[in-house]
Amino acid sequence: MLGRTLLEVSAALKQGQVTPTELCKKCLSLITKTKYLNAYITVSEEVALKQAEESERRYKQGQSLGDLDGIPVAVKDNFSTAGIETTCASNMLKGYIPPYNATVVQKLLDQGALLMGKTNLDEFAMGSGSTDGVFGPVKNPWSYSKQHREGRRHDEHDDSHWLIAGGSSGGSAAAVAAFTCFAALGSDTGGSTRNPAAHCGLVGFKPSYGLVSRHGLIPLVNSMDVPGIFTRCVDDTAIVLGILAGHDPKDSTTVQDPIKLSRIPSEVDVSRLCIGIPKEYLVPELSSEIRSLWSQASDLFKSEGAKVIEVSLPHTCYSIVCYHVLCTSEVASNMARFDGLQYGHRSGIDVSTEAMYAATRQEGFNDVVRGRILSGNFFLLKENYENYFVKAQKVRRLILRDFVNVFDSGVDVLLTPTTLTEAVPYLEFIKEDNRTRSAQDDIFTQAVNMAGLPAVSVPVALSNQGLPIGLQFIGRAFCDQQLLTVAKWFEKQVQFPVIQLQDLMDDGSLVLENGKLTSVSLTQ
Amino acid sequence: MAASVLRLGIPGRRWALAWIDGGSRHRSGTQPGPTSNRARGQSSVAQLSLRTAQKPRKGEHKWAAVVGLEIHAQICSNSKLFSGAQVCFAAPPNSLVSFFDASLPGTLPVLNRRCVEAAVMTGLALNCHINRKSLFDRKHYFYADLPAGYQITQQRLPIATNGHLTYNIYIRKKQSQVTTKTVRIKQIQLEQDSGKSLHDDLRSQTLIDLNRAGVGLLEVVLEPDLCCGEEAAVAVRELQLILQALGTSQANMAEGQLRVDANISVHHPGEPLGVRTEVKNLNSLRFLAKAIDYEIQRQITELEDGGEVLNETRSFDYKLGCTVPMRDKEGKQDYRFMPEPNLPPLVLYDATSLPSDADSQQVINIDQLRDMLPELPSATRERLVQQYGMLPEHSFTLLNEVGLLEFFQNVIKETRAEPKKVTNWVLNTFLYYLKQQNLAVSESPVTPGALAELLDLLDSKAISSAAAKQVFEELWKGQGKTAAQIMSEQQLELMQDREALEQLCQATIDGHPQTVMDVKKRNPKAINKLIGLVRKASLSRADPALIKEILEKKLSLF
Repeated sequence: MLGRTLLEVSAALKQGQVTPTELCKKCLSLITKTKYLNAYITVSEEVALKQAEESERRYKQGQSLGDLDGIPVAVKDNFSTAGIETTCASNMLKGYIPPYNATVVQKLLDQGALLMGKTNLDEFAMGSGSTDGVFGPVKNPWSYSKQHREGRRHDEHDDSHWLIAGGSSGGSAAAVAAFTCFAALGSDTGGSTRNPAAHCGLVGFKPSYGLVSRHGLIPLVNSMDVPGIFTRCVDDTAIVLGILAGHDPKDSTTVQDPIKLSRIPSEVDVSRLCIGIPKEYLVPELSSEIRSLWSQASDLFKSEGAKVIEVSLPHTCYSIVCYHVLCTSEVASNMARFDGLQYGHRSGIDVSTEAMYAATRQEGFNDVVRGRILSGNFFLLKENYENYFVKAQKVRRLILRDFVNVFDSGVDVLLTPTTLTEAVPYLEFIKEDNRTRSAQDDIFTQAVNMAGLPAVSVPVALSNQGLPIGLQFIGRAFCDQQLLTVAKWFEKQVQFPVIQLQDLMDDGSLVLENGKLTSVSLTQ
Repeated sequence: MAASVLRLGIPGRRWALAWIDGGSRHRSGTQPGPTSNRARGQSSVAQLSLRTAQKPRKGEHKWAAVVGLEIHAQICSNSKLFSGAQVCFAAPPNSLVSFFDASLPGTLPVLNRRCVEAAVMTGLALNCHINRKSLFDRKHYFYADLPAGYQITQQRLPIATNGHLTYNIYIRKKQSQVTTKTVRIKQIQLEQDSGKSLHDDLRSQTLIDLNRAGVGLLEVVLEPDLCCGEEAAVAVRELQLILQALGTSQANMAEGQLRVDANISVHHPGEPLGVRTEVKNLNSLRFLAKAIDYEIQRQITELEDGGEVLNETRSFDYKLGCTVPMRDKEGKQDYRFMPEPNLPPLVLYDATSLPSDADSQQVINIDQLRDMLPELPSATRERLVQQYGMLPEHSFTLLNEVGLLEFFQNVIKETRAEPKKVTNWVLNTFLYYLKQQNLAVSESPVTPGALAELLDLLDSKAISSAAAKQVFEELWKGQGKTAAQIMSEQQLELMQDREALEQLCQATIDGHPQTVMDVKKRNPKAINKLIGLVRKASLSRADPALIKEILEKKLSLF
């Protein structure tokens, strides 16, 4: 039951094959079993059970709220949840219990979803590995999969080679990948949903900026942040997006015009599509496996009659440095509120208000956050503002224009890799500092945030090491539905395998009804 | 003992009195101190005499002062600029604070339509260009009552620019001479107010009240076109009247709804401008004028003594009557301005640019707001002069006192008396009584209706002018009696019996032979003295014109 997709389990709930409480308890037990993954910061067991009870009552009375009623979900711990601690994986917010729900959380709850808990991340979502939070790193469930263990040649039982989940929404990705919930919310500022989705073999969706409310999402970069969605298949993403999307009076950057979102048709015709392959994304650092899968994917579209053309996004190469300036500047500004006065951590040093501020922020933030605050304040100084911030904004505009030009030329969807490589072992990952890693890891994902476009990472195949590889589709702004339609067609072609978590399956708690282990059409 | 001597000895206690005395003939000199009138906060500065800030010494260049103002006016709105929290003065601490106002992580600003409309109306009233597109910025600094660590303001592209404000300096010494001046308005921007810090030095703690945090402010930036404290005070007073007429701000300085910062420098005309200082948080017009004049003088003295003026922020110590450097603003702050990413550009429309399918709840039409502008103070004054034939100075007084114009108009509505008479009574008698007791118009025990009735009695010659004053004094006691009741109870009716009056006149003539002699010697004052004596004898119930007629008749018989 737990291995099913959201839509499948929703159907099972409706048919009474399983009750919300049973489902909830199974997920809770799995959360306990997979505690070593460190996917959750807070498990909201009581809340979830109570919600399950209410959901069960609704089902009994034939008053189900819809597809999400009774469905266990998880939420990244940078979304405000009323009455449930929200930490951003930072000392600064340890013990902070918000009095309100983020709009997206409220929308899920209004649909009857069960909130299993708050998931782990890099502190304040600053990172690409989910390794830099105060609660420790998230472990990629695929580290323990049968597929990966078979793919690895040595150290069969050596746990020290566990892999990172990707980030910064690694906890949400691990939670869905390990079957502890059916969908999870992440956030995506430079790739923070798509990157861990690729590493954990999930669909990771970043909606168009302005389509989904940010109210209650504790910001990293306001002008780029969007709530992201993790599910096991594209249809599930479409269901969740349908619920989350829409104007929110509490977020002035959400669009007023209603965006039509519906279920994706089961039969999709891609023969009239034009797929763009951005040549700048073919970088030397790209792993040969991913490169080969990327090209096979484009062949797949060609074989179906779609037009596949090479396109150019000439300013992509400036994206990382431009992002660095804009991101750190907004971070410097957004983090100013954490001064220890109203909420969160407050240092015991009280010789003066200024000394208290300084000590609070020194104790509350990790090096990554402090480093970004420092750089951001440097860029915002009067003497630097024109040279850095304004220039970066101009470059951002050029990056956006690149995309607009490509889409104006008739391209419907861009196809790119999501990451340079498959997930790497933690020990290897931490050899580089956060900034270097973020710069490398966000290379394919970040420009999309600059331009506010929708993008989705779809799992394609397993690497030689038995690890998931994802490819990314980028769509026109507010053409999220079209993007997911293409993603669904692609998903159907590649038949990505279900993760084989041996130790979970052994005790029978995990029945994989739709496990298709070998039918991968794209192979190495 | 020592303490009381010290208190008496505090310099600066007297200047406010002198200033008030020089400023208004209605004010008594008995007010206890500079703060006594703060509750009103609306002194009649338009009537102040023009004083030049400084006189050049012989053989030296003349100094000229350059004064610019930044005025913060709290917008009169039900809720705050970016949140739904209520706006209300003197509510219990921290009772009007939304999650956004407390800067809880994840909260976002949502612009209040009413505040935008108030800014547009104010901009139009101040002859500004209204920007069709304006932007919001974040201004960063750490302060305990600024929970976000930044203020949302409009630094780069404000909502209104390039306006002007016309104000009148009234020169009392040269009777009725009004000089009209203009100060340019650089810009009007929308921004958030901060919370309030209450410093408890004794226990070395600071208490924070966030009720005010996030209230909408209009920052009105004036170009440095002013040259002295008085000009500044008069200009601010005019702005205050405009804001109140528009209803965009209550602009009560005592309640902090209008706060003024002044930028001041001095230089020799024709030479580059001098280094300027900023005097912060001036919360009454008198302090504003005093602080500016003090600061001008201080800078001149400093420069003439070979010193230099530092570019610094100072505050006005109203107890000492001088400006002092502010201790916590030593270094130059870099506010690290940045665009507010959570608010899209603010776009305004006019009749021509308004999209045909626009939802009227979602757009603001400048032309529509222009049509809705009420009569502004300058137009009101002009109307008063034309409609009621009053002197311009009277129109100023009527507008300057809060509620006085409305009172006047209500009296006019209800009485048959001539407008000139009404003006006279309202501005002299009524206002005098108010000032005597330091009351606002709204606190007056005499209603417009009661005064109107009294003026009707006067108009129908049922009562003499002097007796009417007595009736007014009774009315002021507020015992619920009408003017007519008081008049008849106290037998203040005008003597209608000519014979009795003739007897009174005769008795007076008989009793004052010397004065009668003076009359015969054509001493013009003597006849008035006799009239006065008869009036006194009649207990002010006789018509002076009639007395004069009788006396002249009788005296010519001799």
